[in-house]
Amino acid sequence: MSAPLTADLAQIGKSVVIKGELSGSEDLYVDGQVEGSITLKSYSLTVGPNGEVKASVEAKGIIVQGKLEGNVQATDCVELRKSAVVTGDITTQRISIEEGAYLKGKIDIAGKAEQAAGN
Amino acid sequence: MASVTQNAMKLFRGSSSGSPAEPQIPQKPTRRSSGLSELARVWASETPLCVLDLGSTSPTNITFFTERGHKIYSEDLLSASTEPGLVTKDEQGTVVLDSHKFLAENLLYPAAHFDVILCWNLADYLDESLVRPVMGRLWSVLKPGGMLLAFFHTKDAGPDSPCCRFHIVDKDTLEMQRIVMRREGRQGAAGATHSAVVDGFRLQRVFNNRHIESLFRDFASIKFFLARDNVREVLVVR
Repeated sequence: MSAPLTADLAQIGKSVVIKGELSGSEDLYVDGQVEGSITLKSYSLTVGPNGEVKASVEAKGIIVQGKLEGNVQATDCVELRKSAVVTGDITTQRISIEEGAYLKGKIDIAGKAEQAAGN
Repeated sequence: MASVTQNAMKLFRGSSSGSPAEPQIPQKPTRRSSGLSELARVWASETPLCVLDLGSTSPTNITFFTERGHKIYSEDLLSASTEPGLVTKDEQGTVVLDSHKFLAENLLYPAAHFDVILCWNLADYLDESLVRPVMGRLWSVLKPGGMLLAFFHTKDAGPDSPCCRFHIVDKDTLEMQRIVMRREGRQGAAGATHSAVVDGFRLQRVFNNRHIESLFRDFASIKFFLARDNVREVLVVR
């Protein structure tokens, strides 16, 4: 699935390799290799089917179709599509996991513990 | 009249010629689990728990626990045991899996970290060389008083007993999903890409009660539940 063509979406193509700290003020689509850290405070990260991210990720929303190795913090939602291979801990408000996705790590839904105690 | 005849033919022979029958979506069978029911009392409490699920990544199980305010860790140990890099030979030249390497790359958690560990049928399908080391590691990462649930086939189970995934649908009900063989590229801990067999496993052995007790000898207590489907459920407490 290719990234939607929008003016506000930065894209890293499948031949691109980046090592370092990535940050931005727009949505990011990664179909290449990124190693380091990715910070998109109020924006979303999509790891495409060819994407290989070896980084800690902090974003509003995170969609994974490829490989992601690192801890993930989302202020809104994390989606693991069926081709996702994720190794690392996930902290988020909501999570959606398709059948077939692979996860090795922890899932912590922020605020769910307090919500469940109040019920 | 013709339509009545056609309907009767359909009843006895299936669909009429020229119109292929709609493929039936196989329903996943369910089983009632006494062990799970016993364990459910633990997560019915208000205290958030730390749960380790050692089966294949199960969206159902993840949803089940996170909706109740618990943290869940997912680690598919059977898939991890198929990494080609684990294959080695012992002193006698027998092909075995390197348990030290396996534990250096898997089950890396602080001591006494988990309240609940869901082992499912792991021990029945795991390579012999890994069973005891893995159980030893699971003992160490379980909190004192923490509980571990494991399933074991009884001697009536044949060697082709299918390996299943288990999805929690209720406090005492599991949905079973047969695992089908497929090969997938995964990145190992060292960064190399391996082609691991992620699904489809053969029953390695059938434990008797004495073997199970020996396997869990370091645990404080053990409880057996025998089910009708040739499965023994075991609940142990550290």
